[in-house]
Amino acid sequence: MMQIENLSIMMADAAGSVPIIEHLDLEIKPGEILGLAGESGCGKSTLAKALLRILPPPAYISSGRILYQGHDILDYDARAMKRFRWREAAMVFQNALNALNPVLRIREQLVDTLQAHRRLGKKEAVAIAAEWMVRVGLHVKHLEAYPHELSGGMRQRVMIAMALLLEAPLLILDEPTTALDVIVQREILQKIVELQDTQQFSVLFVTHDLPLMTAFCDRIAILYAGSIVECGQSQDIARAAQHPYTQGLMASFPSLDGQRLQKRGIAGYPPGFAAQRQGCAFLPRCPRPCAQGALRQPPLLSWTPGHQLACYQAGSAQNGIPKEYLSL
Amino acid sequence: MNRHLWTQKKSIWGFSILLLFILMATLGPFFTQDPKAFLGTPLQAPDGNFWLGTSGQGQDVWAQMIAGARASLFSALAIGAATTLIGALLGLAGAFWGGVVDELISLLSNIFLVIPGLPLAIVIAAYLPAGNLTIALVLIATGWAWNARVFRAQALSLRQRDFVSAAIVAGESSLRLMFFEILPNMASLLLSTFLGSVIYALGAQVGLEFLGLGDISAITWGTNLYWASNDAALMTESWWTFVPTGLCIALLGFSLALLNFAIDEIADPRLQVQKIWRRRVGRVTPGLTPVVRTSV
Repeated sequence: MMQIENLSIMMADAAGSVPIIEHLDLEIKPGEILGLAGESGCGKSTLAKALLRILPPPAYISSGRILYQGHDILDYDARAMKRFRWREAAMVFQNALNALNPVLRIREQLVDTLQAHRRLGKKEAVAIAAEWMVRVGLHVKHLEAYPHELSGGMRQRVMIAMALLLEAPLLILDEPTTALDVIVQREILQKIVELQDTQQFSVLFVTHDLPLMTAFCDRIAILYAGSIVECGQSQDIARAAQHPYTQGLMASFPSLDGQRLQKRGIAGYPPGFAAQRQGCAFLPRCPRPCAQGALRQPPLLSWTPGHQLACYQAGSAQNGIPKEYLSL
Repeated sequence: MNRHLWTQKKSIWGFSILLLFILMATLGPFFTQDPKAFLGTPLQAPDGNFWLGTSGQGQDVWAQMIAGARASLFSALAIGAATTLIGALLGLAGAFWGGVVDELISLLSNIFLVIPGLPLAIVIAAYLPAGNLTIALVLIATGWAWNARVFRAQALSLRQRDFVSAAIVAGESSLRLMFFEILPNMASLLLSTFLGSVIYALGAQVGLEFLGLGDISAITWGTNLYWASNDAALMTESWWTFVPTGLCIALLGFSLALLNFAIDEIADPRLQVQKIWRRRVGRVTPGLTPVVRTSV
């Protein structure tokens, strides 16, 4: 579906360029839901936006390829990119309130989107829009509403309808439910899974909510300081996470039915974006720092089939979460 | 912010030219001959004796240009400061208190906006006794209204922001809210409005004086031009009587405009980034993340 190879994204400023994403490899397979998790500021949204090339300068892509069905979208010009966006890959933005135009009715916004990409008459376009409104669980009458007349959850559904309108094979969800309460969140994610089941599109799901992700995704990639540190099937990540960072993330969410444990989380803070960094980015926070990690950033290698890992200490903690992250 | 102010080409040039004029206005008159004295043959072309020739009254044009800077520059700065201050205060008060206060201030500024400024200034200046103070008062009276409108609009939008609500809840007084919460957020607007007002004041003041509505016995850039025109400078082809003063006015305006552009760039980091970007990579297609595969 989409292969991201050796992708680096830099941010230019007066002093020089700062790397945001460094030599990142990731594959989105056809028909899967891939989760992308990480702390605030690790580059999740930057990566998601780069896939549609909507990151504005001073951000720029400094290396790599983004292959979509064999074509490198980094070679596309503005016209090709316009065709690619929404027809091949669509996106649901984090804040639906800001992404919808407050002075246009929902119908106009959906119809505009359709007509920008397809030769359609007004009536046909409205019919398709109405169909999608129903599919995402809204009433057709809401087509005539303005964004402010809808609740947060309804607006997010409109955004999803808008993203799915052209039946793009790839849907990017950039923290689509962060601003919503858990009940609405569940309804919306269920709707997406349901639609994904019938339409068979791929989903890149960006969030920092790891338990939600393990329940919802087929595969999960963990991003730390602009690099993938671990990537695997979601049950592998949930039960047998290998990277100390992933383990820390998993350990910082309480379980509903397990023992009562004191949670500790991961000590320290994620590193700032620096032009030069030596060694493993996670080293200062690592519970088992190693000499090798002080010298080089560990590469992302295959650990078991379908499970990749960027850690020199791979396998040193077979028994799941290290005790440094837990205490009674 | 300060760092950028001193490293930017625009602000360096703007400041240098402005500084030159300030030095000229403050120290210059001590080093020249009496600008009012009859010193040589009228309309004498520039030579070693009279660097910029003599006027139709046999006065030293060089001395007149320098003496004129003092009156013109300082009254332009004063008028600019006054119109900015009055505009900011009234705009802020209207936006902050709303209701009747806002209605009254808006009504007043709308009336002043509807009246055409320069004709009004000419009429008032013709009635009042001629002099620098008259011109200043006239230009302040006709110049504040637009500023008040701009500041009102900006303050209205800031008034809605959550940090203002938070400050109200925290129990801050109205004056503190206005001057410590809202006003600092308009710093760049304040500064650029001030510079714009100075340019306006300079032009309008010179205009009024050129029409003979100022005190024609005083030495200012405006009266220099008035006398040049009165003494038939164009017919006698004595360009040196009006070109130096005219150039000074243009240069001063230019330096203020440069400073204004510099402030724009400092206040809006996006403009800075655009500039850096253009220097390093060149133009990019809007709406498309650029790909720059240079090994660093």
